[in-house]
Amino acid sequence: METVLLILHYAGLFLILLGSVFLFLGALGIYRMPDLYNRLQAGTKASTLGAMSTILGVGLIQPSWFIKLFIIVIFIALANPLSSHALARASYKAGVKPIITSDTDEYAAVADEAGRPKTEKNTQTL
Amino acid sequence: MKKQSIRFKNYFYTFTLLWLLWYAFTTSLQPAELTVGAVLSLFVAWITVKYFDCCDPILIYPGRIVYFVGYFFVFLRALIKANFDVARRVINPKLPINPGIVKFESKLHNRFAKMVLANSITLTPGTLTVDVIGNTFYIHWIDVKGGDPETAYKEIAEPFERILLKIYG
Amino acid sequence: MTAIVINIALMLIGTAAFIGLLRFVKGPTAADRAVASDTLSVIGIAGLVLLAYVFRRYIYTDLALVYAVLGFIGIIVIARFIERAL
Repeated sequence: METVLLILHYAGLFLILLGSVFLFLGALGIYRMPDLYNRLQAGTKASTLGAMSTILGVGLIQPSWFIKLFIIVIFIALANPLSSHALARASYKAGVKPIITSDTDEYAAVADEAGRPKTEKNTQTL
Repeated sequence: MKKQSIRFKNYFYTFTLLWLLWYAFTTSLQPAELTVGAVLSLFVAWITVKYFDCCDPILIYPGRIVYFVGYFFVFLRALIKANFDVARRVINPKLPINPGIVKFESKLHNRFAKMVLANSITLTPGTLTVDVIGNTFYIHWIDVKGGDPETAYKEIAEPFERILLKIYG
Repeated sequence: MTAIVINIALMLIGTAAFIGLLRFVKGPTAADRAVASDTLSVIGIAGLVLLAYVFRRYIYTDLALVYAVLGFIGIIVIARFIERAL
């Protein structure tokens, strides 16, 4: 029993360290990427796995907290992609232009049909 | 008659799910707590039952559970790969990206399955779901390997959709 | 060992929050700020759970859960607002 707890403890510490490194990389991605959509890409993936791994690590160190921390993890795994998807669609329809270097932008036609503004001037405010 | 029983079934599943969630939050078996939980679950189930179409007892057959576990491991592998991919791109001083938005057609019909597919695509290497209209997925791809829908489908969605089609198809 | 790892993790999370805040201040459009705030809330949740362990307070995890739910709803509302009114 003692050994099992010790193994769980070290596994938890490893997960916490890994998770915080990924959270840091996610924030760095938010800062360094050139446009909103690439920022969302870097931010969502890294922060989701980072937070999940950190929280599960704490759950392994404190096994009596595990159920509640597991609910938080499930909620983050379900909600974080949804919110980034909502943000991406909303800002595309509001006229925030993506940087496209590969000549494929299939969504532009759909957004124009939905009434995307032609100028970007009003997205600079607020 | 058929419609009535389906609605009752949905009420039952929503209520059970909410009550289990309540128990997970409180983690206490005192009668007062359980009663309050049951009353609140009934109330919330009454409001939200019309949005509840994800689960069915059909999903608890053993074969499907095997596929769910398999899906989980495929997803976890893709998630970890995605994070090292992000780390590689972010740390590289030259920012190696080649972004574009591609589209493909999905074969799934169930709404919940489409949500799972869209979320999985967002969390896997270099892709972000921008919009889902009907069965057409619009994907922001950080490193486009081919603009046509077939290549996009093969590269992005196939490993997930193969399993989801076996569960929901 | 445990203390060192937890300290390193807290430092990394703190730095991450600071970098996210830089993007929040800088971001040219409102949508960029919303992205930064989304990431900041997830970083905050992880930090809260870690602090709950540091102070051995189970009740702080409730705070993290509520923050997760409210942060998600807030981002959805901001996204609706950007889509319609910006």
